[in-house]
Amino acid sequence: MSGDKVRFDRVSKTFETRTGRRTTAVTALDRLTLGVRPGEFLVVVGPSGCGKSTLLDLVGGLSKPTAGQVLVDGRPVTGPGLDRGIVFQQYALLPWRTAAGNVAFGLEAKGVPAADRADLVARHLDLVGLGAFAGHYPHQLSGGMKQRVAIARSLAYDPDILLMDEPFAALDAQTRDSLQDELVRIWERTGKTVIFITHAIDEAVYLGQRVAVMTSRPGRIKEVIDVELGDRDAAEDVRSSDAFRHHRHQIWTLLRDEVRAAQAAERPTLRRQEAPVG
Amino acid sequence: MVDLAERPTRLAAPVTAAPANPGWPGRLLGYAGRLAHRSVAVLALAAVWELAPRAGLVDRVFLPPLSEVLVTWFELLRNGQLAEHVAASLTRSVAGLALAVVLAIPLGLLIGWYRPLADLLSPLLEVFRNTAALALLPVFVLILGLGETSKIALVLYACSWPILLNTIAGVKGVDPLLVRSARSMGLNHLRLFQKVILPAAVPTIFTGVRLAGAYSILVLVAAEMVGAKAGLGYLINYAQYNFAITDMYSGIITISAIGLLVNQLLVAGERRFSTWRVDVTA
Repeated sequence: MSGDKVRFDRVSKTFETRTGRRTTAVTALDRLTLGVRPGEFLVVVGPSGCGKSTLLDLVGGLSKPTAGQVLVDGRPVTGPGLDRGIVFQQYALLPWRTAAGNVAFGLEAKGVPAADRADLVARHLDLVGLGAFAGHYPHQLSGGMKQRVAIARSLAYDPDILLMDEPFAALDAQTRDSLQDELVRIWERTGKTVIFITHAIDEAVYLGQRVAVMTSRPGRIKEVIDVELGDRDAAEDVRSSDAFRHHRHQIWTLLRDEVRAAQAAERPTLRRQEAPVG
Repeated sequence: MVDLAERPTRLAAPVTAAPANPGWPGRLLGYAGRLAHRSVAVLALAAVWELAPRAGLVDRVFLPPLSEVLVTWFELLRNGQLAEHVAASLTRSVAGLALAVVLAIPLGLLIGWYRPLADLLSPLLEVFRNTAALALLPVFVLILGLGETSKIALVLYACSWPILLNTIAGVKGVDPLLVRSARSMGLNHLRLFQKVILPAAVPTIFTGVRLAGAYSILVLVAAEMVGAKAGLGYLINYAQYNFAITDMYSGIITISAIGLLVNQLLVAGERRFSTWRVDVTA
């Protein structure tokens, strides 16, 4: 297992949350172990609140594990770095910069000389099909276009690993489908290792070479599934193939109990909040 | 979500703008109509001011008709007195405002960014913020004397608060996601501040400067009522003292015109600095 690009080694993460005067410790991840192979597209799927995003923060170096360690190329993660790029659900574009300015942002952080930046920016905007929108500000772009800019930004500074935190969750269905296709295309072309977080089963099956199913809180890996959809280009509509349906059902079954468990854990607090109203 | 709805029109604008063009006479007419509509209330006020004293509804000694005030105003303009007062007032306003910008923005950035400093200073800031600038006028005069220093200091004091508070709010109000995203690219504190925090806070800071611009004119009049030898506040006060009622109203009109002008200028500046904020405020 030493060939893993990213390795979670019995990683635990607990948060202190304060309700009134009491502080309670919430365990988001509990001794989670998972290996991600170089160049792989791994999708992590799990019920809401299972610690999926926490997982990504740990690889990104935005927070530290309470116990265990996260290894990238065999070395423990000590902080953020440009070898990992994060794509957030809410785009996180700088609203005062144009699309080109936003793509250049990561290059500035990396210290790429200004002379080389313009070419890299243009190339990556073209890669996501936004070459004609270089001068547009985020508020002039649609949600899908904004997310393309964010993806171009992350790709431009050339990280080994792309971390994607439900990047398409806020988009409409058509935009989501086309961006999924584009992401697969980009991944095939660039050979990046991708860790993609989602709660949508279809998306997981469609994108992932492997899908890691998480348990409800505290989050662990319940099972890792190898997705075998055959030749994507040969099949006309991969999403309605037998193999696709099989994997979808497989993951749905694995998730069903976890979703129930997650709902049961959320319900008592809901009832307490509703009481004064009713 | 508004930006989504807006996008097609924005992107399509260069293509579809031409056929819908009503031609310049039509546009001019529309513009004139809007202008008329917007100036009705002001013209009505002018009419009431002109007619009420003439009809004997108010004592014309205390409120002379507008036309008489305007005659005096032009007289003051012609003999150069008005220019002298305006120059004296604007010097104080601009000096106070400029000092406030120079002092309050860096201080606000520090307080907004550096938590321990905020905890240390915020009780003190709360106390002073709730002390009216005009209540401190006698203190300024006692300590700084009757000259320019105390007047500029009062303007500085009054202008500092909106700038300081807006700067703090601007820094604290930066979208945490932008900070997370920048941090994930390994930006250190200084670069994060320079490339994310500061540009994100600029529109909010400029709103503070605009408010301060208004204050700089408002408190000035009061400041000039004590121990001044020139200035619009002095003119108003002195004229009232000497029963030169039309002079007094001339001063009032001028100061309100200057206030309006300063505000318009700063609003235009504010718009320039915050074009990208459309989708945040919409």
